[in-house]
Amino acid sequence: MSDIKFTIDGKECSAKSGQTIVEAAKDNGVYIPTLCHFDGLKPAGTCRICTVKVGGRNMAACTTPVTSGMVVENKTPELEDFRKAIIEMLFVEGNHMCPTCEKSGNCELQALGYRYQMMVPRFPFLFPKRAVDASSPKLYIDKNRCVQCLRCVRGITSADGRKVFGLVMRGGHAQISMDNELAAQLSDAEALKAMELCPVGAILRKEVGYAVPIGKRKYDKAPIGSEIEK
Amino acid sequence: MSKPVVATASLAGCFGCHMSLLDIDDRILQLIELVEFNKSPIDDIKTFTKQCDIGLIEGGCCNSENVENLLNFRKNCKILISVGECAIMGGLPAMRNDIPVEECLREAYINCPTVDDNIIPNDDELPMILDKVYPCHHVVKIDYYLPGCPPRADLIWEALVALLEGRELNLPYEVVKFD
Repeated sequence: MSDIKFTIDGKECSAKSGQTIVEAAKDNGVYIPTLCHFDGLKPAGTCRICTVKVGGRNMAACTTPVTSGMVVENKTPELEDFRKAIIEMLFVEGNHMCPTCEKSGNCELQALGYRYQMMVPRFPFLFPKRAVDASSPKLYIDKNRCVQCLRCVRGITSADGRKVFGLVMRGGHAQISMDNELAAQLSDAEALKAMELCPVGAILRKEVGYAVPIGKRKYDKAPIGSEIEK
Repeated sequence: MSKPVVATASLAGCFGCHMSLLDIDDRILQLIELVEFNKSPIDDIKTFTKQCDIGLIEGGCCNSENVENLLNFRKNCKILISVGECAIMGGLPAMRNDIPVEECLREAYINCPTVDDNIIPNDDELPMILDKVYPCHHVVKIDYYLPGCPPRADLIWEALVALLEGRELNLPYEVVKFD
């Protein structure tokens, strides 16, 4: 497999054939912020936080394969502000009450807010009315916090290959729904996987939580992406 | 030259942000050298006695009194800062925002198993509850925001000192948190 040469913000990088910009950037020590992307899942390109510029056009870096000689713009003031705006939009569009959320400190949306030092969203809060579904024995869904990244839809399947989570309704009414029958059959490990797959606190394991003290959580000390940046 | 004047208020908050302000430890001695306090629960001055330079607002607006208080602060302070999650996005009180006010009052004063009188308080002396809990910047113009629940003492200190010295904020990663 021959290496493909390309650049990110002028830095010479190489990629393997078929790699997306996000994957190749990671291998080259460049962090492109992502939210809906999860290693091992088919990219969906739903959140657009990974937006980069290639040939003057905005592209989702998680879905775009690297091609030879590609010139990628990543950390430009314009793109960074664009990404920050998406994060702020997600904060006002749901009900993200960080002080009361179990996922706080381990939440990727919050971690992106920290990385971009979001002091307040530039958009007005919408305070939508969203439901909490706690009818399943192992998991509960808090739709107030869902960012519709579709990681759970893509990543969690039952033993016979059926999807446990799905997107129902359309447009602004679209929401994640859980098949309670299938969810009840999930093993403890699978339920935990569903919780960990969710970047925010929308899918939570019942009867556990707040296990890690403040100061020792994933994003307490170091920004998201700092493990990639060299 | 006279010292800059600071005023503070707790609207729909828990006083945690004020506690965090006190958490600057012995820097409080430097603080009283740097600024003079006016209307604030810290010195118990109840009404503005002069025009202030900086107003620190804790808590969002959940009733008519909060709104009146906030408008009064906007009128009397050159710079207004939202301190903490409640001032910035409503915080814990805003968890009632998808429940109609009538239902909230009914639950608290009628259906609650520990109340005797079973009447919803309604008196001219009592502030009216708003339909929702509003972030401060949905009501008046806010100049700066210090997130956190509570904002870390180091964040409040750095923000105040940077503002007084007229320089850019220098914030380490650990200082800006939403919880």
